[in-house]
Amino acid sequence: MGSPSHEPDTLKARLRRDLGVNLNHCYQCGKCSAGCPVAEDMDLTSSRAMRLLQMGDPELDRQVMASEGIWLCLTCETCSTRCPQEVEVAQVMDHVRHEALQAGLAHPRSRDIVAFHVAFMDSVRTTGRLYEIGLVADYKARSRHLFKDVTLAPKMYVRGKLPLLPHLIKGRNALKGIFARTLGKGR
Amino acid sequence: MRMGYYPGCSLLGSSREFDESVRAVAAALDLDLVQVPDWNCCGASSAHVLDAKLAAALPARILAQAAEAGLDEVLAPCAACYNRLVSAQQALAKNPAFAEEIAGITGAPAATRVRVLNVLEVLDRLRDTIQARVKTPFGRKVACYYGCLLVRPPRVVAFDRPEDPRSMDLLAEAAGAVPLPWSHKTECCGASFSVTRTDIVAKLSGRVLDAAVKAGAEAVLVACPMCQSNLDMRRPEINAHLGRELDIPVLYITQALGLALDLDPEKLGLHRHMVPAMPARA
Repeated sequence: MGSPSHEPDTLKARLRRDLGVNLNHCYQCGKCSAGCPVAEDMDLTSSRAMRLLQMGDPELDRQVMASEGIWLCLTCETCSTRCPQEVEVAQVMDHVRHEALQAGLAHPRSRDIVAFHVAFMDSVRTTGRLYEIGLVADYKARSRHLFKDVTLAPKMYVRGKLPLLPHLIKGRNALKGIFARTLGKGR
Repeated sequence: MRMGYYPGCSLLGSSREFDESVRAVAAALDLDLVQVPDWNCCGASSAHVLDAKLAAALPARILAQAAEAGLDEVLAPCAACYNRLVSAQQALAKNPAFAEEIAGITGAPAATRVRVLNVLEVLDRLRDTIQARVKTPFGRKVACYYGCLLVRPPRVVAFDRPEDPRSMDLLAEAAGAVPLPWSHKTECCGASFSVTRTDIVAKLSGRVLDAAVKAGAEAVLVACPMCQSNLDMRRPEINAHLGRELDIPVLYITQALGLALDLDPEKLGLHRHMVPAMPARA
């Protein structure tokens, strides 16, 4: 890395700068992973991710960004709640996901999860509110899981849980502006 | 009492019985709910995964709309909306430079003074009135299921106890129910993985329902649309995962209170559940 007088450009440094999260505070007690409801499904658990990020090594950063584990995080905040050092583990996970997306490192098995979130925000971008039928249709197109839940939708419809038309808010231009200045893909 | 109201998107669709029961109970308790004008989606489970600024800007616009309408307090019944609104507001309050940047994105100053309240917080203020007006006690043994977002992270939402909350139990008691001590009050149901990783939802929601049934509950009470839909709409997947048929109903706390207040079950949206939530009429 660069000269010792410069702060190295690692995830650890960016987390410190952008979120005020100091990964040095983690002493690897493992409580975050112990309470994590999806730890058993993760290739890289939260405590291990914390350890790798702590090293401040760009190669290890990449390893965390390329893991499937960061996409299985439910943001249930059990980790942040129980951390005796008040490290905001769930916030770290969010930030690592953002960087993984920007770097094009999202794990192949997380494709559906990313597709869902993109479809969700696309629905909001155009109407201002989430349009559930649109979300599911968009997600199915993106994920190619065309026939998933085909029996659930009619049951929801007869119970009045699937309005057919989206709710359009008046401030749609304001919303488009917000998207253009954040996700940067305003249409 | 007059209060701002932010229903959030799912209360217009897949969780409309939550909206219906909140409005019905509010009316019965003389609580006047004023909708936040032209509100937008808070970004819920997805914005924060994709972009930190988007995740702050969407709630910031909602709070600015509320402030402009002169609303000091806003009830957000959906636990996810509540959590996102409070999280964004705190992030802005903590970091003036970030707040300025977000104000530039939304075109409105950060509304730091609008107080965001969850449904349990609001009902807690009305607990004595509820108790006094109960006509048909909701006489069932219940497991009060808070989920993640109402109580966590405690440094942000600062509501109730993060590991063993009590507020819903006290409300259930006021409605004549018997709240049980049980293990999974705040374990995650699988949240937004309902569509993408139904296997994980079946496993996590299965653990929650299994614990409620083992504790002797006759109904699960919830205050979050994601918890409700995962435990109710995903019951076939949960049952397949557990290898047995659980028929325990999952009601919103507002539906249980509404029944105790003798409100019309239809107006509380009780007919909309997948797992029948028969009214507790003896």
